[in-house]
Amino acid sequence: MSTAAPAEPEKLTKKSLLSDHPTWCPACGDFAVLAAFFKVLEKLQVPHEKICTLAGIGCASRFPYFVNSHGLHFIHGRVLPLAMGVSLSRPDLHVFAFGGDGDGFSIGGNHLEHCARKNPNLTYIIMDNFVYGLTKKQTSPTSPVGFRSKTDPGGAMDRPVNPMKKLVSSGASFIARTHAAQVKHMMEMFERAIKHPGFSVVEVLSECVIFYKGAFDDGNPRKGGEFELIEEKAWDNTPEDDERHDVTSEPDAYAIADIQYPGKFGVFYQNERPSKNTLEQQLIDTSQEKTAGADARELLQKRFALMK
Amino acid sequence: MSSTPTAKQKPSATDQATAELTEDINNAVIRLAGNSQDGIQTIGGLLAKLAGRSAQEVMTYMTIPSTISGGASIFQVRIGSGEVLSPGDDADFLVAFYQDSYENHINTLREGGVCLYDTDHVEPDLTDSRVTFVGVPMTSTTIEAIGGSARDRGKNIFVLGLLTNLFELQREKLVHIIETQFKNKHESVLRNAMLAFDAGYAYQLGDIFNRSYEFQPGEAEVDGRITTDGNTALTYGLLAAGARYGAGYPITPWSSIMEQLRAELPKYGGIFVQSEDELAAVSTAIGFAYSGHLAVTGSSGPGLSLKMEAMGYASMAELPLIVINVQRGGPSTGLPTSVEQSDLMQAIYGSHGDTPRVVIAPKDVEDCYYIAIEAGRIAREFSTPVVILTDQSLSSRIEAFPEPDVSAVITPKLNLEPRDEDFKPYPFDAETKHAPPGTKMTGGKYPVVTGLEHDEWGHPSSSPEIHQKMTDRRREKHKRMAAALPLPDIHGDNEGEVLLIGWGSTWGPIREAVNVARDNGHAVSAIHLRHIHPMPGGIDEIMNAFKRVLVIEMNDEGMYGYGQLATLLRARYADSKIQSLTKCDGLNFKIREIIAGIENSA
Repeated sequence: MSTAAPAEPEKLTKKSLLSDHPTWCPACGDFAVLAAFFKVLEKLQVPHEKICTLAGIGCASRFPYFVNSHGLHFIHGRVLPLAMGVSLSRPDLHVFAFGGDGDGFSIGGNHLEHCARKNPNLTYIIMDNFVYGLTKKQTSPTSPVGFRSKTDPGGAMDRPVNPMKKLVSSGASFIARTHAAQVKHMMEMFERAIKHPGFSVVEVLSECVIFYKGAFDDGNPRKGGEFELIEEKAWDNTPEDDERHDVTSEPDAYAIADIQYPGKFGVFYQNERPSKNTLEQQLIDTSQEKTAGADARELLQKRFALMK
Repeated sequence: MSSTPTAKQKPSATDQATAELTEDINNAVIRLAGNSQDGIQTIGGLLAKLAGRSAQEVMTYMTIPSTISGGASIFQVRIGSGEVLSPGDDADFLVAFYQDSYENHINTLREGGVCLYDTDHVEPDLTDSRVTFVGVPMTSTTIEAIGGSARDRGKNIFVLGLLTNLFELQREKLVHIIETQFKNKHESVLRNAMLAFDAGYAYQLGDIFNRSYEFQPGEAEVDGRITTDGNTALTYGLLAAGARYGAGYPITPWSSIMEQLRAELPKYGGIFVQSEDELAAVSTAIGFAYSGHLAVTGSSGPGLSLKMEAMGYASMAELPLIVINVQRGGPSTGLPTSVEQSDLMQAIYGSHGDTPRVVIAPKDVEDCYYIAIEAGRIAREFSTPVVILTDQSLSSRIEAFPEPDVSAVITPKLNLEPRDEDFKPYPFDAETKHAPPGTKMTGGKYPVVTGLEHDEWGHPSSSPEIHQKMTDRRREKHKRMAAALPLPDIHGDNEGEVLLIGWGSTWGPIREAVNVARDNGHAVSAIHLRHIHPMPGGIDEIMNAFKRVLVIEMNDEGMYGYGQLATLLRARYADSKIQSLTKCDGLNFKIREIIAGIENSA
């Protein structure tokens, strides 16, 4: 090991994180998500080379191109199993997955469920705009009934998914919901998600100004809506606290998830359980304990001896 | 069975009058037919292990029903004192446990063969003079030996005892193998097994069948030989190749590779993920590869179809990935527990767009180990996906071979050395080298890996010029790989009448067929393609020295009359003398089928 003092790492700044100018449409909600992401990384001062941004396919999935970090732009719907591979084999990295509602709840819906149950250590940010934007206005899994699109000119007929309920039932260990017009709240949710050990998911209502303009005005006070926050329990033994939300309770999370649109914003559920990274490492440790740290050659020769 | 013409007299200890005949043999095919829960695989496995330890060559062949529990099952063992290349066309001995096993398999017995049957379950047609019938009350004698529980579990071991006596096998060695096999079970299991074994060993076939067989001494090196199946050999080959991360989804006959990787990898500090589906499995493996590791995923036929989109990504992004396809009978669910080689075109051309990748295939169980190391070498050196096409027959059959060489075992290293300003992952003038996440980029600019067409730096580009140049680049690196491959060895003379060409598990039967044809005075030779795509150059020169070329494969002749490899060879060499011998019955090629094919190709 070198005895020389390590060079002072350069400070992570929004400027050093900026990459290509985003190709999103002007006024797209995703710009705010990107800005909030930069600010949180700047605050947390994550080592630059340890940031890893991954995405599937869709408007939101262009994200890795706009962050100057190691990144990968994958195929449609499969970012979570990909991200799990990165996280499990590289615990030194900060792994972020990005995508939209089509990528996450439709073509990748099954992976979301299984990633949640396996609980790898990574953060998934879903920019939900209730519509397919990159392919120019088709019904998405979160489009409300009656939404007129190119695939449902008479209005969508299929009931939309409830992402929060799906995530709770699948066993995700950190589940939050925020709004792209509320940058401070978004940053708070991102920061808590990043600090959570295990699989953390943040759904951001992020407006598509071209194909579903005004979709989230009801949750935006500047547009006459109401941004109602979840009040979390302070565990202070006050009578008010009884009425507050217990983030470790699945029934309470379901109850909030059932509130009529635009619903509430904040942390729906958070509960620490061992991440898949931890469990796999334990398996490695106990296995290597049994083999007394034998190297690959010795392990193979031992096996072959049994086959003689 | 081939025996020496001089049978010798052996005095019997009990009765001098009924002298026992001992025949020297160098080769025997024993087919055990029963149900899958009877443990006939256990007898077969133990016999194979014994042969492996006794300098004999051995090859087994097994069919297992694709039903959940029960169903007819066979295990065929061929033991030889010389080279054994196929499980044998016909059986010399048939052990029939049930009436249906007798009825379904009596025709696989050669004329003059011996049918050992369980008199408690089988009523054979004794007027059939083609074969010798030997009835043994296997079930009741086993129950009697183990004592009263009226359970016939253990009649497989009884039969093993019977065969040990009949073939004068090395009893001590076999008992030791049985003891090792059962050492982790309850002591009563071993006790019952030994009671059944001894009862079988002591059973007097008496006047009905007063002969026994003795194998001529084997020619193989005994020291350091191991006995195992193809999926196990492949698993340990992957570990030797330095693959430490993998993901998969269960499917027959691939599953036993993922089960063993899941059990073994943690000891090597690695991880194997059981994924929710095939798409997730290949995606997680790509995540491992992107992270800087040699990654592995695998499946069988239907699962490969599901992985294809992501495999195209690995070609485009140029990531090192080993993909195993343990082929089975297709299409669709097809014949899940039968052998076929019908996924070759899929392995080469599956996925959308032009997706150059490497396809290689092992020739026998031993080669399953080394093919994995070769796959690892190519994947690393050329940063590309490599498909290993093995098959159902290799997956479960047992062979004995020299202990694999561990000198080439690779200890993987993650290269996170800082990359300087002019770093380009996809340079036009050099091989692809990724900077895995965690690598410091001293120029301050970090790379994004993408499935979009991209320039040398990996930036998305839809420029017509870039797409053409990058398509060329991805193709040419595979051609560079192929140019360094050795020419396949010719089995037989370098010139002659007929050249046979095969790939994968047909290697053994083709080689044996060549030996038979040459013994009969025909000028037949064979080459085997281990690297199928891209294939080595110079095959045309080999073909030029023969009048006819016959490509032998277990797939269909298709709309235009040629099997999948034959189609590729005809496309590459535009040589009309390339003919095709194909079949699709879910079984390995018999030697006589190949011989007939050679004759018909004239």
